[in-house]
Amino acid sequence: MANKILIPLYGNDVAPRFDLATEVLITDLDENREEKIVVLPQASAEQLCSLVMAEEVDVVVCSGIEEEYYQYLTWKRVKVLDSVIGPWESVLERFYKGRLKSGDILCDKKG
Amino acid sequence: MDTLQRSQIKGLFSFPIDLQPLIDEIPLSIVVLDTNRRIVMLNRALEALTGFSKEEASGIPCHHILRSKICLKRCPAMHMNEESEPVCVESDLINRDRKLIPVRINLASLKDSNGKVKGFLETVEDTRPIRELSASINQAYSFAQLKGRSPQMEKIFQILPVLAQSDSSLLVTGETGTGKDLVAEAIHQASSRAKGPFVKVNCGALPETLLESELFGHQKGAFTGAVENKPGRFRLAHNGTLYLTEIGDLPFSLQVKLLTFLDDQVVYPLGSDKGFQANVRVIAATHRNLEQMVSEGRFREDLLFRLNVVRIHLPLLREREGDIRLLLDHFLNSLTSRFRKNIKGFSKKALRILMDYQYPGNVRELRNVIEYAVNVCQEGKIQPHHLPAYLTETRPLIKETYTVKEQVSPPIQSGLNEHKLHETEQTWTDLERKMIMNALVKTRGRRSKTAALLGWGRSTLWRKMKQYGIDQ
Repeated sequence: MANKILIPLYGNDVAPRFDLATEVLITDLDENREEKIVVLPQASAEQLCSLVMAEEVDVVVCSGIEEEYYQYLTWKRVKVLDSVIGPWESVLERFYKGRLKSGDILCDKKG
Repeated sequence: MDTLQRSQIKGLFSFPIDLQPLIDEIPLSIVVLDTNRRIVMLNRALEALTGFSKEEASGIPCHHILRSKICLKRCPAMHMNEESEPVCVESDLINRDRKLIPVRINLASLKDSNGKVKGFLETVEDTRPIRELSASINQAYSFAQLKGRSPQMEKIFQILPVLAQSDSSLLVTGETGTGKDLVAEAIHQASSRAKGPFVKVNCGALPETLLESELFGHQKGAFTGAVENKPGRFRLAHNGTLYLTEIGDLPFSLQVKLLTFLDDQVVYPLGSDKGFQANVRVIAATHRNLEQMVSEGRFREDLLFRLNVVRIHLPLLREREGDIRLLLDHFLNSLTSRFRKNIKGFSKKALRILMDYQYPGNVRELRNVIEYAVNVCQEGKIQPHHLPAYLTETRPLIKETYTVKEQVSPPIQSGLNEHKLHETEQTWTDLERKMIMNALVKTRGRRSKTAALLGWGRSTLWRKMKQYGIDQ
């Protein structure tokens, strides 16, 4: 079972780009789903990958991610759910229900 | 999306027309945003570029779909007002296929009759083709991936664009590592078929029965195991180029079938009597001497004539004057930046070795040698000990495997080597003989003392003396 989740953030939403995120949310199922937000010194896909490895994250939920980093994380046995759009709280809620998959759009559609 | 499809343009004609089909036909990616920068409408080209459908994207903030760097850093729409002029910015986006695509974004505001901003029109242009074009223009002494400044290669570079524009069958010959695959791909990319597929088949890689079904396809039930229809490579290459490499290894029976195709351009899959009219340009390549194979009865003469409409022969690297140095520098530059090494160049000794080597494996071998050296060398200049050992050891005799008669360069170099080796052998034999004689003289013919003096056992001395006829 995947326990530790990382979501790159852009305001209240999942960041549109993995490589441009300067904030990430990390939450752990083992520790009462306690959520912590980490602010990164600068946006960098490499640094974010290092953080994923250092934090021993099991699942990364993001939107746009380059193939290189997707393959790297997958190779390191990190599950990546990409092209997920929406507020991180809704995304996390769906994840906890075991229903989140790549390409899910949880945004309010207006207009 | 029904409402979107019903958006209409009035006043253009005497009757209203649907907007969506109109913008779908425009090959440039277009998106219409409202004042909150949510997507109102997008066209088919933008769907293809981003990977998001109209249904998915509609009503969503633009930055979630476009995923462009500019959206997140300084969205131009944020600061647009009634007076603002359209803006054009270079950026990049990551599409749903996880590809980073450089783009040029044009943004203009949409105003109502009172001049109030009611939305935005954004066009997104994929700049990859422009970048590739300018990159290839900027590279001197090259055509696509082929590099060279020797007169032989210049001739080839001059003729390649001309050949690319024609639709004739093409035969590329040359030894292994000379760049036959690169020529085929470059011709495809420079031709009007560039947007079509480039399908490569190695005729020597598959057994005859499999190759037939691979090339021409099969009908469901044509043979045991044919559980569904297979289109075949000819069909897959429709409107593109089919590259048949190692054509010399094509089995005789399939040569007839290929011949039939080249004549009438119709493919008959195995087990089917229905033909498919395939619009395919065939490029064939081989390192074998097809003329010789024809005379030996191993290759059909009529097929050779049909393939040989246009022929390009790629010269051996050692015959390309000045190209070894150019390629050494080219591969050193590209590989050092790829491996992120700080290598300044070649030392004089290393360069001498590299320039003197014969490269029987041609450009591929040269590239591999440099890749090895770049991996081994940590920084500074590439020294002889960074090169593969076989370059610095006794030079191997070049195996004369040339098959095309006119390709055979006079084996002067290898002849010299052979001669030198023979000479060295003779000298050593003489030297050893002399050494034994001197020792014998010193010890006044006493063999046990001679053996001790030479550091040999008695039996070795006896054997050597017998070998040189000294004991007689």
